[in-house]
Amino acid sequence: MSLNPVDFDYISKIVREQSAIVLEKGKEYLVEARLTPLVSSENLESIPELVKKMKSDASGNTITKVVEAMTTNETSFFRDIHPFEVLKNTVIPELIQKREGLKKLNIWCGASSSGQEPYTLAMLIRENFPQLKNWKIDFMASDISTEMQKRCQDGIYSQLEINRGLPAMLMVKYFQRKGAQWQIKPELRQMIDFKIINLSGRWPMMPRLDLVMMRNVLIYFDVPTKKDILKKVRQSMNPDGYVFLGAAETTLNLDDKYERMNFKQSGCYKIKEG
Amino acid sequence: MRALVIDDSRAIRLILGQVMKKLGFEVVDAGDGQEATEKLTSDGPFDIALVDWNMPVMNGYDFVVNTRKNPKYNDMRLMMVTTETEMAQVVKALEAGANEYVMKPFTKEMIAEKLSLLGLSSE
Repeated sequence: MSLNPVDFDYISKIVREQSAIVLEKGKEYLVEARLTPLVSSENLESIPELVKKMKSDASGNTITKVVEAMTTNETSFFRDIHPFEVLKNTVIPELIQKREGLKKLNIWCGASSSGQEPYTLAMLIRENFPQLKNWKIDFMASDISTEMQKRCQDGIYSQLEINRGLPAMLMVKYFQRKGAQWQIKPELRQMIDFKIINLSGRWPMMPRLDLVMMRNVLIYFDVPTKKDILKKVRQSMNPDGYVFLGAAETTLNLDDKYERMNFKQSGCYKIKEG
Repeated sequence: MRALVIDDSRAIRLILGQVMKKLGFEVVDAGDGQEATEKLTSDGPFDIALVDWNMPVMNGYDFVVNTRKNPKYNDMRLMMVTTETEMAQVVKALEAGANEYVMKPFTKEMIAEKLSLLGLSSE
């Protein structure tokens, strides 16, 4: 999805007028990354089409959506909720059944950012699948940023972050106060091995993966890199494993060996058989 | 869906009320726990009450305790929206029967995410 200079200037002007956030030249990638999901959810083809809609929509709703997409930090615990319901109700129970003999599960969160996603998954496992306590769970979470890796390992969150999507019951159970902030308790932190991995670079050796969380990260890459990442994910997986992409992301025209599962707004994929 | 917004600050009632309206709720408000209890009868039923903690006449914690004593309101969700941020207070509210807890300051996204957790999403 390309962004021409005229459209970039227009979006920058609107965002600055409405939110005081300055998008300087060179931030085109950010605009593309943030607006691509909106282009999909609005059933449009491209950012230029979205810009046209911004100009023609007299209600101002499209502009509001664009400004929100550009200014909202989307990271939260239990983000989008639906994938976690699918994990709880379908995917993890199925994997437990299939791996009962080995009692081993390999999980990778490929873009853990500040850690909300892997910790959400860890809480979901602890809360719903006590039998996994006796399993060998190889739970890796990675991000490209050293700073984020450190943040994840520390598991420290501000009050603002703790308010985002985290059920109060789980906050009480899995967090402790650390001054004005909140820290994940050691038992949960110790479940996850946080690493630095550049998805567009060389990947380390990994065990065969049963579950891969790769949500809302492909949007940051160009098409050849998306194809490469999806191929490498596929090659790293057990054939009956599951991959979660963002709800607005797709493998269509990128990798035809994935099959989208029919779960509500979950972006859940399996590798096609055969 | 219907929401009862309970806060002694008129500004917060206004802001939170607007957030809830944007999220698809019909909103009634009250300035303290006592007034809210009366509105449960006169203006109910409500799907959710958003409850401040520190208020005159009857505080939010007492409102939660009293409301949970009445089986008539078993299905109504109670969400604290408060400046109280100590873990002990969160635990106390949950044990009294609050379903969720938001620490001020809040944003529309925070409220929407919590409502979604409570099965009150407008999507």
